[in-house]
Amino acid sequence: MTAPSVVPAPPEAPNALFELLQRLGDDRLVLGHRLSEWCGHGPILEEDIALANIALDLIGEATMLLRLAGQVEGQGRDEDALAYLREAVDFRNCRMVELPNGDFGFTIARQFLFDVYSVVLLDALTHSAHEELAAIAAKALKEARYHVRHSGDWMLKLGDGTEESHRRVQRALDELWRFTPELFATDDIDHAMRQANIAPDLGVLHEQWEALVRDVIDRATLTLPHDVPSAPGVRGGRQGFHTEHLGHLLAEMQIVARSHPGAKW
Amino acid sequence: MPQTRAPGSTEDPAMTAAFEARIAAGESIEPKDWMPERYRRQLVRMMSQHAHSEVVGMLPEANWITRAPSLRRKVGLLAKVQDEAGHGLYIYCGAETLGVDRAELVQQLLDGRAKYSSIFNYPTLSWADIGVIGWLVDGAAIVNQTVLAKASYGPYARAMIRICKEENFHKRQGYEIVSTLAAGTPAQKAMVQDAVNRWWWPSLMMFGPSDTESPNSAELLRWKVKRKSNDELRQRFVNLTVPQAIAVALTLPDPALRHDEATDAWISGPIDWDEFHEVVRGNGPCNRERLQARRAAHDEGTWVREAASAYAARQRAKQATAAA
Repeated sequence: MTAPSVVPAPPEAPNALFELLQRLGDDRLVLGHRLSEWCGHGPILEEDIALANIALDLIGEATMLLRLAGQVEGQGRDEDALAYLREAVDFRNCRMVELPNGDFGFTIARQFLFDVYSVVLLDALTHSAHEELAAIAAKALKEARYHVRHSGDWMLKLGDGTEESHRRVQRALDELWRFTPELFATDDIDHAMRQANIAPDLGVLHEQWEALVRDVIDRATLTLPHDVPSAPGVRGGRQGFHTEHLGHLLAEMQIVARSHPGAKW
Repeated sequence: MPQTRAPGSTEDPAMTAAFEARIAAGESIEPKDWMPERYRRQLVRMMSQHAHSEVVGMLPEANWITRAPSLRRKVGLLAKVQDEAGHGLYIYCGAETLGVDRAELVQQLLDGRAKYSSIFNYPTLSWADIGVIGWLVDGAAIVNQTVLAKASYGPYARAMIRICKEENFHKRQGYEIVSTLAAGTPAQKAMVQDAVNRWWWPSLMMFGPSDTESPNSAELLRWKVKRKSNDELRQRFVNLTVPQAIAVALTLPDPALRHDEATDAWISGPIDWDEFHEVVRGNGPCNRERLQARRAAHDEGTWVREAASAYAARQRAKQATAAA
């Protein structure tokens, strides 16, 4: 592992592919970490197992993506150096995944919104001009399809379950909705990656995503919040502009690794 | 479903004799077979305690999932704790073959009426505890469970065979963490030695009191639910583990520990059974925390379970209407 990046980034354009891989990897690392917090505390033993399974998939995907990111960067950083020795402002995940778990309804609603995003994005990435990324996307897509079945199923159960479960999951959806435009907001990195046929047009994905989300939301007797703030120009997690929660998550995640510089585990 | 009898009724001595003869012949008892009520109750007690231990045992290790020091270790630990949830589920299902309900067994745990392995009432204080638990606690569990895999009750024995395979993997993973730390920086070495010092004696206590003190042992041995005495199993564990400690240059916190040339056995010093009994009585360092965590998960999950039942009922009603 190398030292944390405390030096300001050089003024020249960042390595777009490195940025893209961090965005993909960090989403999965941070969400996998959040899901792992449920282990031992789920509402039913079967859910301890299911949520741990999904967390394992996500952290496994993050490992592959961050390893590739480190190779692309070419500065000798491996996946652990990126996971454990970057500061919060260097992380590139969307903000939705770093929010605290809340109740089971919040965790499921977030998971559902992310899983649908993951399926449409990974499906497109299997056609990436970058062969290694396409291969990782193909593997991750199989997992994401399983994940969305799980979270979609729970959206139906909670939405169309009891009055209380309906109220809780609707509240979660309302709370989460303002974080969804960030998933599809584009910047110079996205344009560069699209030009190179490495990543898809996020605008097109947004429509696919919304249609799939709307279908389940309707069947779950829930209401899609409609006051979506417009995304352009909004700085978010992709640019390192996070919520205050990420720093605390990383403080916990990185404490042992950072307390023993250079140690092997 | 086993037969139930009115309280106070006696079992047919001929059936009991036939049952004992089957046990003596080494036959496996299956859920539909007749069994003495005492046998059934002992198995429900043992299997539910075992399942509770798996579930409560998730907590001390889950405490370190979010702080695991590398992605590989994070995945390894999360997978291990997930395995324990699976073991718990599997053994609860096995206990249900004896005519009890999982929800009732869980309620007994939450009410504090059911026991679980006392080892999980100790805290995990450093990352090294994760390695040492895998090595010592899973190691001790394997010694116990390898013998339980030959238990007379078929569903329990089969559960143990499957679970032992995974526990062996956990033990190897734990020992690998321990040996990595033992070969690491001075701080890592100190961390792992401290963890061994804290976990060694509670691990030896996992086998339970000496058989002369153990109220259930004689009957369980006769019925071949247990196949070896607590002391025999403890000795087997010590013999296996001491050379493993020596191999990674760790010391065990027992000044009386010695090698007996005649029997080629490692003889440990006296165990502090007062500590054991205190922890069993609920006065261990984390008894309250463990039960509180289980109760919180159960209580906070109530609305989720209710929603799932309501949804399932509605789906069934819809299907019935569609079929009519």
